[in-house]
Amino acid sequence: MNTIDVVVIGGGPAGLAAALSAKRNGAENILILERDNILGGILNQCIHNGFGLHTFKEELTGPEYAGRFIKEVLDEKIPYKLNTMVIDINKNKEVTFINKEDGLMTIKAKAIILAMGCRERPRGALNIPGYRPAGIYTAGTAQRLMNIEGHMVGKKVVILGSGDIGLIMARRMTLEGAKVEVVAELMPYSGGLKRNIVQCLNDYDIPLKLSHTVIDIKGKEHVEGITIAEVDANRKPIPGTEEFYEADTLLLSCGLLPENELTKGIGVAMNRVTSGPDVDDKLQTGLEGVFACGNVLHVHDLVDYVSEEAALAGQNAARYVCGQENKSGKKVTMIADGGVRYTVPQSLDIVNMNDKVVVRFRVADVFKDRSICVYYDDKKISSVKKKVLAPGEMEQVILKKESFAEYPDIRSIRICTEE
Amino acid sequence: MNMEKDVVIIGGGVVGSCIARELSRYELDVLLLEKEEDVCSGTSKANSAIAHAGFDAVPGTLKAKFNVEGNRMMAALSKELDFEFKMNGSVVLCFDENDRPALQALYDRGIANGVEGLEIVSGDKIRELEPNVSDEVVAALVAPTGGIVCPFGMTIAMAENAADNGVEFRFNTQVQKIEKIDGGYKLVTNQGEITTKYVVNAAGVYSDELHNMVSEKKLHITPRKGDYLLMDREVGNYVSHTIFQLPGKYGKGILVTPTVHGNLLAGPTAVDVEDKECTATTAQELADVSMKANKSVKNVPFRQTITSFSGLRAHEDGDDFIIGECEDAEGFFDAAGIESPGLTSAPAIGVFLAKKVAEKAGASEKKDFNGKRVGIPRVAQLSFEERAELIKKNPAYGTIICRCEGISEGEILDAIHRTLGAKSMDGVKRRTRAGMGRCQAGFCTPRTVEILARELGIPVTEVCKNRPGSELIVGD
Repeated sequence: MNTIDVVVIGGGPAGLAAALSAKRNGAENILILERDNILGGILNQCIHNGFGLHTFKEELTGPEYAGRFIKEVLDEKIPYKLNTMVIDINKNKEVTFINKEDGLMTIKAKAIILAMGCRERPRGALNIPGYRPAGIYTAGTAQRLMNIEGHMVGKKVVILGSGDIGLIMARRMTLEGAKVEVVAELMPYSGGLKRNIVQCLNDYDIPLKLSHTVIDIKGKEHVEGITIAEVDANRKPIPGTEEFYEADTLLLSCGLLPENELTKGIGVAMNRVTSGPDVDDKLQTGLEGVFACGNVLHVHDLVDYVSEEAALAGQNAARYVCGQENKSGKKVTMIADGGVRYTVPQSLDIVNMNDKVVVRFRVADVFKDRSICVYYDDKKISSVKKKVLAPGEMEQVILKKESFAEYPDIRSIRICTEE
Repeated sequence: MNMEKDVVIIGGGVVGSCIARELSRYELDVLLLEKEEDVCSGTSKANSAIAHAGFDAVPGTLKAKFNVEGNRMMAALSKELDFEFKMNGSVVLCFDENDRPALQALYDRGIANGVEGLEIVSGDKIRELEPNVSDEVVAALVAPTGGIVCPFGMTIAMAENAADNGVEFRFNTQVQKIEKIDGGYKLVTNQGEITTKYVVNAAGVYSDELHNMVSEKKLHITPRKGDYLLMDREVGNYVSHTIFQLPGKYGKGILVTPTVHGNLLAGPTAVDVEDKECTATTAQELADVSMKANKSVKNVPFRQTITSFSGLRAHEDGDDFIIGECEDAEGFFDAAGIESPGLTSAPAIGVFLAKKVAEKAGASEKKDFNGKRVGIPRVAQLSFEERAELIKKNPAYGTIICRCEGISEGEILDAIHRTLGAKSMDGVKRRTRAGMGRCQAGFCTPRTVEILARELGIPVTEVCKNRPGSELIVGD
C-alpha cells in the first residue's frame, strides 16, 4: 500500500489552501483527491466578483480566486487526482478512492485533511408540499447549470431562502433575462450577507419578503406557479396571506449542510450545531492526524476565511507528519452561550496553541447593540460592542496565548453575547 | 379479420409488467402500451414498497389469495430477476388492551389465509425486538414473512425480461377508445389504431375507464392518495421490521419501515381524490404522517427527511381486486382495482392472468423462454475487490456521478442502453438510484442531463424529468 504524508480530500478552496500550507510547512508527499473534473470546487461556478478582499486586498471573481491557488499548487508541483471519489476512510487513516485510471485504490495517509465542502438542503428536507415537477432547483445546481454548462433553467423565477447563493442567483438570472418575481425567506431576517442583499436584490428591485414561505407548487410536469404565504412566529403559514406567482422555476437557497459522511465513517465526535466534526485549535478532529477545514467543518460565508482556516489545518498536518507537535498540553473546552450558536474550534490547548487563535462563530438571531464577551471560567476577559450581529455573518474573536498565563488552571472558555 | 396483435396489455406498472413477463412464456405476439415515457410511472413508483405477509385481506377474497401467493414467489423471483428484496418481517402494533380482540382477529385471518409463522407477542417482547417502538404498545402481531422490495427494480426487471422474451413495448401511448370488433378489439390511441385479439387491462387508476369502454358491468375506481416521508440512510436502521398499526377507523394506518435501499419510510395517508393525476402532497397530510408515525415509533427522525412524495391507490368500490375475463366482453381481461397488497400480488396475478389468456388463445409455451435477468451492477454494494475488478473491466464504473448513493457513470450508461432503457432523469433514477440520495440530485443533475443528451443524441433542452413537458433546461 502506498503511503502519503498528507492526503487532502477535496480540491476546492479549502483543500487547495490546506495542501499549499502543508507543503510550505514541510510536508513533502501530498496528494489532493478531487471528485470533480477540475480543481477549484464551487468557486468555478461563482463567476461574480467579491472574492479575495481580505486575502489579496482586491476584488476577484470566484474562478480568479481559485486560479491563484491552483497556480500555486501547480508551481509547488503538488500532485492531485481529478474525477476521483473517496469512498472510505478508516481509523488507520487508510483512504480508499476510485477513478477511471487507478480503478479502486487504497492508500495509507500519515495525516488527512478533510475538505469536502458542503451540499445544499434539498426541497424534500424543507417539507414543501405540492407536486414534484421539473423546474425546482437548489440555487447552486442552477448556478452550475448556468455558469458552467451554459444552460438557462427558467424565465420566471421565485426564490425561497435568502442564503448567499440564492441572492447571487437572483441577480445572475436577472442579468440573463429572467424575471425574478420575489425572494421569500422563512425567517424574519436574511441568511445572507448584507452586501449581497443590497447588490443583488435592492439594486434590481427584487422584493425580499421576510417571514414568508412557499406553501404550494403548481404544475405536474413543469413548475407553473408558486404560492407563498406569510408565516407567524412559529413559522406556520398565516391563512389569508397567500400570494400566487406565475413562475416556471423555483430556486431553493435554504441552507448548506457539511458533507461529512466520510467523517462519520471514522467515528469521530460530530457537532450537532455545525454538522461538522468537533476540532481543537489545530483543527484536528477526534482522530489524531485527521484535520478538517472549510465548509465541511462549518459553513462559511467568505472564502477568504476558508483559505485562512485551511492554511492552519495544512500547517498543523505538516507539523503532525514531521513529528513536531507536542502532545502533552492542557485542553480547555469552548462553550457557546448567550446567543452564540457554536464555536470553531470547540476546544483549545492553552499550552501548545499558536500565539493567536481565531475562534469563529455565528449568532442565533439578529441582535442590535450587543457585546461579544469572552469569559475564562467565570472571569470576563473581554467585551466588544457590536451595532448589529446577524446569523448570516460569521463573527470571530482572537484568543492570545499570553492571555492564559494568569489562568493556568482554566477549565472553560465561554463566548457569549450580552446586552 | 386479421389482427395485428394477439394480446395488448394496457399499462406498464408492476401488474402490467408481471403479466407481460408471464405472457412472454407463450407463443403469443404481445404488445404493452404505456401512456408515460417509461414503465413504473404511476402507482408502482409511489407506494410503501412492502411485500405483505397476507394477514390483512379478508379470507376468500382475491386480495387474500394473490397476496399470499405473491409473497411466496417473491424471494425466488428477486434472485431470478435480480431485484432487491428482503424478508425483514412485519409487525402490527396494538396500543390498547381493548383492541386485543382485533389483533387476534388479524392473527386468525392470517392463519385462514395461509400465512406462516404468525405470532402474537407482548409489548415488552416487541420492544426487545424493536427498541424504538412506543412504550404504549401492549401487544403485537409478528409476521416473519413480511418483506420489503424495490418496486422500481421489480417492475423494471419484469418489463425488461418480458421485452427480452419478445414482448413489444410502446411508450407515450395512451388508449383513448376501445371498440369491440369481429374477433377482437380495436384500440384507438394517441399514436394510431391497433387491432388485437385480446386485451389485458392493467391501467391502474384508469382501469375502470378502460373496462367501462367495453362492459356494461361498470367499475368505479377512486384514486386514494397517500403521502409519504422518506428519510436519510443514516437513520435507515431506526426500525428493522415494517411497523404497522392495528387497522382502525383510519384504514391500515401509517407504517414505519426500512426500505431495501436502507432509508426509513413513513406513510401513507389515505385521502380520496377526484383527479387521477393528483400526486401532490399537502402540508396537512405530511403533518398527519409524522403525527401518526410517532404513535408507533418513538421520535421518528423526521429531521432527516430527504423527500416527500405521494401515490394513488386504485380503490374499487367493491373493495377487492377484479381479475379475469370480463363477463360481458369476451377476450377482455381485467386486472383492475389493484391497490394494496397489489405490489405483493402482482407476480401471482401475472401467472394467473397469463394462463387464462393463453388458454383462451390456445397458445403453447415457448421453448426458448429465458426467465433469467441480470440487472445493472450495484457498484456501491460490491466489496472493494469486486469493485476494483469491475472498474478494471469497464473504467466507466470508476467515475462517480451521484455522490450520495455512489452511482457511477457506468451504471447510468447501462440504464440508458439496456433493454427498455431509461429516456428521462426519473428513468435513470429508478434504474440506478442516481439522484435518490440525500442531496436529491443537486450535484448529479447537471451531469445526468449531459449524459442523457449525449447518449440519446438529443439536445439538452429535450431532456425531461419524466413525461414530455417536464424539460429541465429552457435554453442555452
